[in-house]
Amino acid sequence: MHMHKFEKVWLIFGTVALLVFLTVLGVSAFYLGNQPPSCLVTIDPEKVEVTAPFNAPGLYEVTGKDWDYELVFVASAFSYSPAKVEIPKGSTVKVIATSKDVIHGFEIAGTNVNMMLEPGFVSEYTTRFNNEGENLIICNEYCGVGHHMMSSRIEVVSK
Amino acid sequence: MAVPKLKNKSQTKETSNLKGTLASVLILGIILIIVWVSIYFIFVNRLG
Amino acid sequence: MKKTAENEKVHPLDAKLSMAHFYVAIIALALGGFAGLLQTLVRSGRMELPAGITYYQLLTVHGVLLALVLTTFFIIGFQLSAVSKTIGPLSTPSRITGWIGFWTMTLGTVMAAVMVLLNEASVLYTFYAPLQAHPIFYGGLTLVIVGSWISGGALIAAYRKWKKNNRGQASPLLSFMAVVNTLLWIVATIGVAATVLFQILPWSLGWVDSINVLASRTLFWYFGHPLVYFWLLPAYMCWYVVIPKVICGKIFSDSLARMSFILFLLFSIPVGLHHQLLEPGIDPIWKFLQVILTFLVVVPSLMTAFSLFGSFEQYGRSQGAQGIFGWFKMLPWGDARFTVPFIGMAAFIPAGAGGLVNASNQLNQVVHNTIWVTGHFHLTLATSVILTFFGISYWLVPHLTGRTLTKKLNKLAIIQGVFWAIGMSFMSGAMHIAGLLGAPRRSSYSTYGDSTQALDWIPYQIAQAVGGTILFIGIILYIIIFIQVAFFAPKGNEEFPVGEVTDKAEKTPLIFENWKLWLGITAALILFAYTIPFIDILQNAPPGSKGFKLW
Ligand code: HEM
Ligand SMILES: [Cu+2]
Ligand SMILES: [Cu+2]
Repeated sequence: MHMHKFEKVWLIFGTVALLVFLTVLGVSAFYLGNQPPSCLVTIDPEKVEVTAPFNAPGLYEVTGKDWDYELVFVASAFSYSPAKVEIPKGSTVKVIATSKDVIHGFEIAGTNVNMMLEPGFVSEYTTRFNNEGENLIICNEYCGVGHHMMSSRIEVVSK
Repeated sequence: MAVPKLKNKSQTKETSNLKGTLASVLILGIILIIVWVSIYFIFVNRLG
Repeated sequence: MKKTAENEKVHPLDAKLSMAHFYVAIIALALGGFAGLLQTLVRSGRMELPAGITYYQLLTVHGVLLALVLTTFFIIGFQLSAVSKTIGPLSTPSRITGWIGFWTMTLGTVMAAVMVLLNEASVLYTFYAPLQAHPIFYGGLTLVIVGSWISGGALIAAYRKWKKNNRGQASPLLSFMAVVNTLLWIVATIGVAATVLFQILPWSLGWVDSINVLASRTLFWYFGHPLVYFWLLPAYMCWYVVIPKVICGKIFSDSLARMSFILFLLFSIPVGLHHQLLEPGIDPIWKFLQVILTFLVVVPSLMTAFSLFGSFEQYGRSQGAQGIFGWFKMLPWGDARFTVPFIGMAAFIPAGAGGLVNASNQLNQVVHNTIWVTGHFHLTLATSVILTFFGISYWLVPHLTGRTLTKKLNKLAIIQGVFWAIGMSFMSGAMHIAGLLGAPRRSSYSTYGDSTQALDWIPYQIAQAVGGTILFIGIILYIIIFIQVAFFAPKGNEEFPVGEVTDKAEKTPLIFENWKLWLGITAALILFAYTIPFIDILQNAPPGSKGFKLW
């Protein structure tokens, strides 16, 4: 099958660009640890309220771990618990969340924190809060008639 | 409107002259790269 | 069977079958487009819906009618006429099968539509469990898919008959492409059929109490990504085969066109996990593997870009174009059959760029489920694909009804395309920017308790409403043209443009029609990409979910 010389040039150029993208993504994910949230822990969605740590949502200081705080969220139609938290500026926080009913989203608007909350699964993502001020958390997966009301706040305060 | 082609070019050469095509696809490739790199920088920037 | 006189025109009985599909498609366009307009107005915060209609009911109407009904009906109608034109009229049994498929799909559409209108199914067109709609809604969607299989069977039967009568010959390019797309569709829909028939229907009927949510989503997205290629390939059929004829040029390369279609068949299916990159319960290694496969499916699109520019340039140079870009001016800009799909091609540049971003496992965190995604597929689907479909119907509908696209209608069609381009630039552009700022998709108007961040999104939502209004004018113009060419335009012979390869072109290798080989590789790739993650999902499944009706 004949292919014009320029087409070969183009396909090589394109394929190399794609390979570079993939390499950057792969190194970032597997070497630097920037994996998309992919927690494998499961939970009984009907027993969220009696399963630790979701029986007591909120912010917890931890020691001896790579992060300073664990922030536990429970999502249900159409709210998050807690509805508001304060976090000291500059701290590293592991967000741990799940859903009690349908699928919800968990997005801290304008950040990389963006994950799906699915009944039966725990979702986790570790991040740092460097900028003082209010962060809006919204549900970005349709969950019913009150979906656009579903939100929470993280207030980043100076220590 | 047939413009007489005075800039004598041989017929075979004409059909395989794809310089414009190569230029076009390379522009396309550069757009793809610019968009991807921009969003990648947003991501890295937001890593904090 | 050599090309005979009757092949010049689509057989009148086949024309009727195709037109039936187009009538349903245009009704879907009119209603779905109106819903889209209302959505942008609601989201701008300047309007509230009357009569207890919710935003999400409206959005379900929009998604189901435009993404599922309009596309499937148009594509099947187009592919049937393409086969009838290029390999000859359907046999009577095939044609009857085609009608059975049509009525099955129509019945399914009506069932689903009634449930949506009764507010029994405001689950959006992706119907993610454990939101639970009325079983009749799922039953209707099943019939749409079963109907499409029946029609696909008619198409494949016609192709096989041709092959039997023309041993050792390569089939006409357009028919080959229609067959590839039909096979792609059948392989892809197995996933959604499996979750609907074995999981969702029994659960919504109350026969089982709970559903495995992640398994259902994974089966859905096994289907969901090739679905977008099912929409795209008919547009590529037009770009590869029809447009060269419209501009009086030649097909760039028959073999390369076939090769790119085969690559789509192979690589567009084992990539569905790229829609699930931010989901728990799936190992990131498998996510990344499917990201790699997703990038592979970019290659045939790169080939397509080259072919298109190549056939344009070759035509321009044959007309004496000079310089690097001189050929660009030679293109028939006054011909709607070219210009309208061309706008679609142009839109595919930013659309493709956005697609690469979406598929990149970390960049996805920036845009996932933000309105950026909606902006993205209003470029791919609602511009590249839909404008190409519009461009096709500007000659195909009059061809089938024995009328002509008059000069005046041609002009109106170009204006229609320009309206679409302008409206979509506003709407999609604003969606992309707002998405990067974090604005969510699939959400009614909300300031989230006057959050400063959410207030920043509102100007972009107003820009979306401006764009949506311009787009809706575009839809009205299209409907006017459609009605004209279907019922009122002067009688005549509108050409069905089918491009030819250059005389010097080499013979097309027959390997491209070795279906056992290609379907075998397709199956192997699917098994490779999905077996282990899917077994993981089943083995590590949490207790299932009961149904919720939260609207
Ligand atoms: C008048 C033209 C159109 C307008 C104004 C429009 C507007 C919109 C808006 C505002 C949304 C999303 C809202 C949200 O996420 O909250 C949307 C979603 C969507 N649109 Fe359109 N649209 C138009 C045409 C089309 C066309 C022609 C198609 C496809 C052929 C299409 C396919 C879709 C799909 C699939 C969704 C996603 C639905 C969902 O997320 O469930 N739209 N449209
Ligand atoms: Cu929600
Ligand atoms: Cu996809």
